[in-house]
Formats: sequence, structure tokens, C-alpha cells
Amino acid sequence: MKYPGFDTISLHGGQRPDPVTGARAAPIYQTTSFVFRETDQASSMFDMARSGHVYSRISNPTVGVLEERIAGLEGGTGAVAAASGMAAIHLAVCTLMDGGSHIVSSHALYGGTHNLFSYTLPRFGIETTFVDPRDPDAFKRAIRPETRLVYAETIGNPRCEVLDIETVAGIAHDAQVPLMLDSTLTTPYLLKPFEHGADIVIHSLTKFIGGHGVAIGGIVVDSGRFDWDNSGKFKTLTEPYPGILDIDFAEDFGPDAFLHRARREGLRDFGAALSPANAFYILQGVETLALRMDKHVANTRKIVECLDNNEAVEYVTYPELPAHGDHELAKKLLPRGCGSVFSFELAGGRAAGRKFIESLKVFSHLANVGDAKSLVIHPASTTHSRMDDDALKQAGISEGLVRLSVGLEDPDDLVDDLKRALYRSQI
Amino acid sequence: MEFELNNQIVFAATGREDLVPGLPTVIFIHGAGLDHTVWTLFNRYYARNGYNSIAVDLPGRGRSGGVPLSSIEENARWLLDFIRALKLEQAALVGHSMGSLVALEAAYQAQAAVERLVLLGAAVPMPVADPLLHAARTNDHGAVDMIMLYSHAYASQLGGNPVAGINILNSNMRLLERGLENVLYADLKACHEYDNGLVAARGVDNPVTLILGEEDRMTPPPQATDLINALDNAKVEILPECGHMMLSEQPEAVHRALARSFHE
Ligand SMILES: Cc1ncc(COP(=O)(O)O)c(C=O)c1O
Repeated sequence: MKYPGFDTISLHGGQRPDPVTGARAAPIYQTTSFVFRETDQASSMFDMARSGHVYSRISNPTVGVLEERIAGLEGGTGAVAAASGMAAIHLAVCTLMDGGSHIVSSHALYGGTHNLFSYTLPRFGIETTFVDPRDPDAFKRAIRPETRLVYAETIGNPRCEVLDIETVAGIAHDAQVPLMLDSTLTTPYLLKPFEHGADIVIHSLTKFIGGHGVAIGGIVVDSGRFDWDNSGKFKTLTEPYPGILDIDFAEDFGPDAFLHRARREGLRDFGAALSPANAFYILQGVETLALRMDKHVANTRKIVECLDNNEAVEYVTYPELPAHGDHELAKKLLPRGCGSVFSFELAGGRAAGRKFIESLKVFSHLANVGDAKSLVIHPASTTHSRMDDDALKQAGISEGLVRLSVGLEDPDDLVDDLKRALYRSQI
Repeated sequence: MEFELNNQIVFAATGREDLVPGLPTVIFIHGAGLDHTVWTLFNRYYARNGYNSIAVDLPGRGRSGGVPLSSIEENARWLLDFIRALKLEQAALVGHSMGSLVALEAAYQAQAAVERLVLLGAAVPMPVADPLLHAARTNDHGAVDMIMLYSHAYASQLGGNPVAGINILNSNMRLLERGLENVLYADLKACHEYDNGLVAARGVDNPVTLILGEEDRMTPPPQATDLINALDNAKVEILPECGHMMLSEQPEAVHRALARSFHE
């Protein structure tokens, strides 16, 4: 006897055939609110004394399928979906933090997260110290008494820094704070951060999990392992909260304390709920996650090989290449592959970069990753343009850096497209 | 609520309401390796609907101090001490799994202190398979895995939880992992060795309701047959498509069955 496997959860997790209609696919419950069966039930739902849905900002059955399914794939106790990846990050951070709290974060972050941590959160009294993800000791040195969170991405974008999750989790836990990881680029198929000691996982569902570039969404998943009581640093979870019926979340909900607080306060008050329609689109993607990730990785390997042998390319940063700084770590953490988002340095700098991108026919020039279609972008002038020179340098982004997100097309067509554009970029 | 009993700290959740003299009292008793959090929805409900509602952590479990008691009889004596310490004349006892045995035995030991019994996921005897006992004795995670797989109906393993976003399989697994070290074995052994169940059942004449999960493979409904026969006029509710972890698998069905048992 064993637990349902990854592919079975991808298809069935969180869902039973609709009890009323027998619908096999998860129906889109496109409704704002749900009728109470009787007044007693109504009042007890408000008291958190009965289960069920009340209002789709707080919970919705279609969204609930997605939440349980992703939690199942990650090995988490549950999840809270949000309107976008950024909404999920904001929700998770603000569930744990007060003004005066401090974050220690990898500096190799998605540009939006970098903005949130460096400019927006400080306006609310939450400061972040950025450190090099390749130097676990730097996380340790940056921890202060008011630190409440260690944050990083499983694989950095665009340089593919691989986080030594176990070591950094150990450092966070020694300081009695959780490790929160953005695992968007790895997905639970390539890496399960909870198995290595991470406490909370974030995904932008917009990317590989949704997989088809049609819906924005995000999710927060909890491992349920962090002991909030023992830490003593999280009064949002361990003291009665007058904002919600004086609930002490750790006392009433044990391993689900964080998730209940995030939903009952975060979705209620910030309101960045995922729509049922978007949850439905994303669910279609989850069903084929394993198949798609294998193909993303297989295509990426072919393209990495082609680029690595092309004279117009100065270097390629993909952790499966022996020259990559995290090659050994990647072999251990990411045996199924390092995803399909990586970058390379084009000879000829900014001008060559522009020619290259404009010559591509199959790759689309746009600001996204993790689509079924292949994508390309020039980070210095787009996603990371708000970083000043120092921050750019810190993040390892040079003028000739090109980022690819390899899709599911015929690999030969992708290789031909790249070769043609590389040639054009150099003439 | 926290106070000292037999020189140990006892914790009991009261649904965030104070106990009021004169109100009827219901005490919820958790199963092996678990704690008061399994009752949160129900505890909050009864606390707001005319009851003193108490979900206790047995010794050595959850937030209570001490070490797990080694038999069902000792747990029952402890529960009766707990009821006396709170100066309650009588309480309805609602027990799940091991907690159902503790409730039954407590009613047998002090019938007047017990108003009624609601036994969920109950069976008498409640033998525990050797591989499970062995794994629990060595604090092996395999014990948690066996319980998870035997305790959840297959549909519940996949999900579809009415409490939005909670993956009950993993959530219950985390809860049980907290009790794996030293607690789970003591509890399972106590269930396994309890041999007074049918005597107790014949000896009580409180109103009794059994709530059983149709797909429960820890305590399958047929294993409750002797218990049902030994009890006089027990009311039996069988929840379809539900396993042993009924409190999280089907909280609404359990709620309604509980409500019916209280309106007898
Ligand atoms: C790694 C990573 N995290 C978070 C986000 C933000 O996600 P969303 O665009 O869904 O808000 C992105 C988006 O590009 C991302 O790549």
C-alpha cells in the first residue's frame, strides 16, 4: 500500500466527481457566494465552527481543488491560492511580519520580488538584507534579532544559482525562523523543497504549473513542520487575534495555523483572491505538469548543447554544464533537470542582443517564462530595468545577457531558429 | 484552559469561551497520537451553542504535560479526575478512536459522571496489527504511513476537503508525526491491550451513539458489531465514503450526526 503518486495527484488531487452532476472535470464554480442551508449553519460558518464556503474572496470550490492539488504535489498540509505570484508572496510575507520585522533574502530574485523587498515593504517598516545565495554563511551573518524570515528562489533567474536548501534551512531554523522558497522555476516535479527542509513554498502559477500562458495566478504552500509556538517569534500565529474571534491559530489549528491565518486574514483583508476561472485554466496545466516538464528539460538540454558550441555565445549559464558554479549541487537536488529558464552571454553586447532577438521567429520576445511556447528576453532592458547598475551587477546581469524560456516545440525547429539568429547577430 | 492536575499541566481547548456553571458540558477526547486540534470545528460550535465545550489533551499529548498513560483504564481514571477537578457534575463524552475507548471505560468506572456517550471510529476490541505496533515502538515513520493509509478513505487521500485548501492527508500526517516520538506507541499499545470493552459496554446504560466510517480500515464497522450488541439500544450512524479520520474527512456529516445524537 502506498500514497497516491505524483501523476495521480496531478489528475485527481483535491477533486471528486461532482456530487450533483457527476461532472468528471473540476467544474468552474463561477459564483461570488454560497447559500447557507440554515441560519444555524450561517452563523457557525462565521464562527469558524463549520466547514464550507461562504464567499469566493475567502474560498471557492474550484480554487480549492487547485489548492489541495498543489499541496498534494508539494507534500504540504495545504495551500492558499492568490491572484498572482506576487500576491502570493505578499500574502505569505504579510501573514508572518509586522512593521519592524526583517527579512534575509537571496539577491538573485525575480525583479518584482526584488522591488517588493527593496522599495515597497520598507514603506511599511519591513526591511530586507540581500545576500549572495551561493554563500550560505552570508544568510547567517545577516540574521538579526528582528529577523522573521529567510527567503530565496530554488533556482535564480536569469543566472540559475541553485540554492543549497538544506544548509540555508538549517541556518534559518537555528534562528527560529522559517525558510520560504519561490519554487516557480522548478515546480514540484523537478524539486520538492519540503523534502530538503524548506517550510513554505511559493509559486507563480502563471508559469510552468499553468503552463499555457493564459492565466495569472499564485499560491502559498505550507509544509506544516515549522513550530511557531516553539519559535516564539510569530505572535500573529501564537496569540489570540482580536481581528478574528480571538483565535490563537497555533492552538486551534496546529500544523495548519499559518494557512488559516493567511486565508482568514490575508485573503479577507488584502483580497487578492484567485478567480475560479483562472483556477480552472491552471488546473488544466497541472494535469500534464510531469509530461511537460520532461519535455521542457529535454528541449533545454539540446539547446544548451547547441549554444555551448556556438562561437557567437561567450558562455551559457545552465547548472547541468560542468562550468556552472552549482553543477554538483544541481546534480544532487535536481536530478530530473534544472528547468528550462536560463541565460547566455552573446558576443557583441547590447547591439548584438537586439539583432539576435529581432531575428528569432519561433521564440517570442516577451516578459514571461514557463509558457508552452519558447520565449526570449533581454533582462537588462526589461524585467530588471529598475535595478540600478550595482544591483544589476550583484544579480549578475550584463548587457549582452539573453534569457531563454524553452518551450515544447520540436527541438530541431528551436535549434534552427537560434542558430539563424546567432548568425545574424554577429554580422 | 490550563491548570495543574496530579502535578502535571493539563491543557484543554474551550472553543475560546469561558466555562459557565449550569450549562451542560461536552468533553471531546482525541485518538491515538493526536491532540485537541482534531476537534476545533466541533469544539467551537458547541462552545457557541449552549454548552461548556472542552477538547482535552490527554497526558503527554499536545499541550498537556506528563507522559502518556499506559492503559485505557488509566486514561479513563485520569479523565474522571479531570471532570472532578473542574467541579463538573456530569459531562457528555465524545471520543474518537482511542478516545472512544477512554470515554466508554470512564462511563463504566463512574456512570453518574457521564451524561451520554458518542463514540466515533470505535471498535471493541481494538487490536493493532503487529507491523504497526512494531513500527510505532521504534518511532519509525512507517507507523504514521500505515495509519494514514488505513485511516483515510481513498477519495479522502486524494482530497476534496470541505475545509478549503487543507490537504487532510498531509495535515493529519504532520499532526501524527508530532505524536510519533514515544506517544503513538503508548497509545496504540493501550488500545491493543484493552480487554474490558465489552464488559464496560454491558455495564453502561447511558445513551450511546456510534458514528462509524463506511470505508474505515483502522476500525472497520463490522469490528464494532460486538460492541453494538453489548450496548443496549446504541444508535449507529454509518458515514458513506468516509474513513477513520472522519473529523477531517467529513466534518459536516460528523457535525450533523453529532447534532442528532445530542437531540436524542
Ligand atoms: C520566479 C518568479 N517568481 C514570481 C513571479 C511573479 O509571478 P506573477 O507574475 O504571477 O505575479 C515571477 C514572474 O515572472 C517569477 O518568474
